[in-house]
Amino acid sequence: MLAHEFMRNALVAGSFVGVACGLVGYFVVLRAQVFAGDALGHVAFTGALAAVAAGVDLRVGLFVATIGAALALGALGNRARVDDVVIGSFFAWTLGLGVLFLSIFTTGSSAGDGTAGVHALFGSILGLGTRDVVVAAVLALLACAVLLVIARPLLFASLDPLVAAARGLPVRLLGVVFLAVLGLVAAEASQAVGALLLLGLIAAPAGAAHRLTSSPYRGLALSASLSLVSVWLGLALAYAVPTLPPSTAIVAVAAAIYLAAFVTRRRDAGATLVGRRWARQHEPSSSGA
Amino acid sequence: MPDAAVFQGLSWNPVEDLRALFVYPFMVDALAAGTIVAVLAGVVGWFMTLRRQTFAGHTLALIAFPGAAAAALAGVPAGVGYFGFCGLGALGLAGIGGTGRRQGAETAAIGTLQAFALGLGFLFVRLYHGLLTDLDSLLFGTFLGITRGQVGVLLAVAAVALALVAVAARPLLFSSLDPAAARAAGVPVRVLNAGFLLVLGLTVAETSQITGALLVFALLVTPAATAHELTSRPWLGICLSVAAALAVTWLGLALAYFSIYPVGFYVTSLSFALYVGVRVAKSLGVRRRAALAVATARS
Repeated sequence: MLAHEFMRNALVAGSFVGVACGLVGYFVVLRAQVFAGDALGHVAFTGALAAVAAGVDLRVGLFVATIGAALALGALGNRARVDDVVIGSFFAWTLGLGVLFLSIFTTGSSAGDGTAGVHALFGSILGLGTRDVVVAAVLALLACAVLLVIARPLLFASLDPLVAAARGLPVRLLGVVFLAVLGLVAAEASQAVGALLLLGLIAAPAGAAHRLTSSPYRGLALSASLSLVSVWLGLALAYAVPTLPPSTAIVAVAAAIYLAAFVTRRRDAGATLVGRRWARQHEPSSSGA
Repeated sequence: MPDAAVFQGLSWNPVEDLRALFVYPFMVDALAAGTIVAVLAGVVGWFMTLRRQTFAGHTLALIAFPGAAAAALAGVPAGVGYFGFCGLGALGLAGIGGTGRRQGAETAAIGTLQAFALGLGFLFVRLYHGLLTDLDSLLFGTFLGITRGQVGVLLAVAAVALALVAVAARPLLFSSLDPAAARAAGVPVRVLNAGFLLVLGLTVAETSQITGALLVFALLVTPAATAHELTSRPWLGICLSVAAALAVTWLGLALAYFSIYPVGFYVTSLSFALYVGVRVAKSLGVRRRAALAVATARS
């Protein structure tokens, strides 16, 4: 399996993407922003197709669109948490634009094949070249570094925004920076697993980690490693079963991990463990404040 | 596509253009199907937005895609796949979510379900070895292939779904606005939630046959959001939501008929423009209305 260059590239790039998704996903689930992550995935699709239709590098469109949309969502939202209805209306339109670009692209260039849209939607991890791998690694490391730097204040601001703001933390700015990192990771992941499936890699390992541990740092590490395992196992599965698309395999493994965590720790489906531990520890202070 | 010798394109005569819309039977069927879908999506979408179940609705919409792909793979009519998968998905969502406030762990479960369903759909398409244009129309919809029989099925399903909503409207409204009080008053909140998700699944299965799995959301959420911006009265809101959905669908179909670009683009753009327009007008109009109220009070 490791003898093929495309497989090695996929494994290396997938590992970086996986770790970045796991880390950012942990905060996404904690802050209940899965829907925003979903929206950014759709924006990634439109950005990629806009770039293809305009004839520029696909990656430019991806990153400009997702980071721009993330900043817009952050600017629109109250305390950088946006209403679901606003997100929904916005990305329904984004997808419509994506369809327009797709049709411009497919009708405009007779030589162009229809696979660009499929690749943007479902990813093409086995088609990555060595340069793509380097770019993916650098961007993933950048995202991870930013996240680890702001991890502590972000954790505080996510768990208890009011108290964090009262202590002088820039809660709003943290939210916007976080969304920008999420946009970066979404653009990154959409190349590996596709714009439609990246939500699986962001939500599933993080959701499992949130069910398994209430310690935030252990949770972050667990989320990143579960995501990594999903990528590796998924790629191995796709290699063993050629009809199975790699992105489907990766998401299926991640979903299986989540299901296992869901079944073994079937408690109250609503709150995350971290949130409840926080509430338990800070019950007197929050009721007194 | 219509024959170029007969089809004149858009003229400057609106009456002639309107007549041209109804020349071809496929277009009449498309308009009929669009009308049915818009009414249903307007009503159900209004409740969905009220209940803050947009994410669940979006996930159900995407589940329509593996449904259609599985049906193509198994060689059964696409409608069977749409309705089967959306029904199963609704039950799954009802199993995941309580009726309380949405929190992180629950949205993670919904997101996982959504991504898994899409992955499955991609696998089915791969197994089917279908043409890529099929994939595009599954995802982004088509109004060209709608037959008279399909319109009949759509009508029947829409009638059932609307009847269910009409029967349960009052308790549904109550439990959407104040679940705790509704539960205390003996309203079966959980059953209502599961029932509503099933109706939502039916709606999505219908709508996605026209708009495609990815664009259902434009008809479900945006007209309803516009109506919620305009009024807080339930019945008026539902009527407005239906009216907006109808206007957007008709105009979108007409525009798509006279141009080369896909219907999904027009429907999403029109509904988003309507939503943004209403919000802007509202924020501008607040001041003027206040001044007007003062003026009428004086006269």
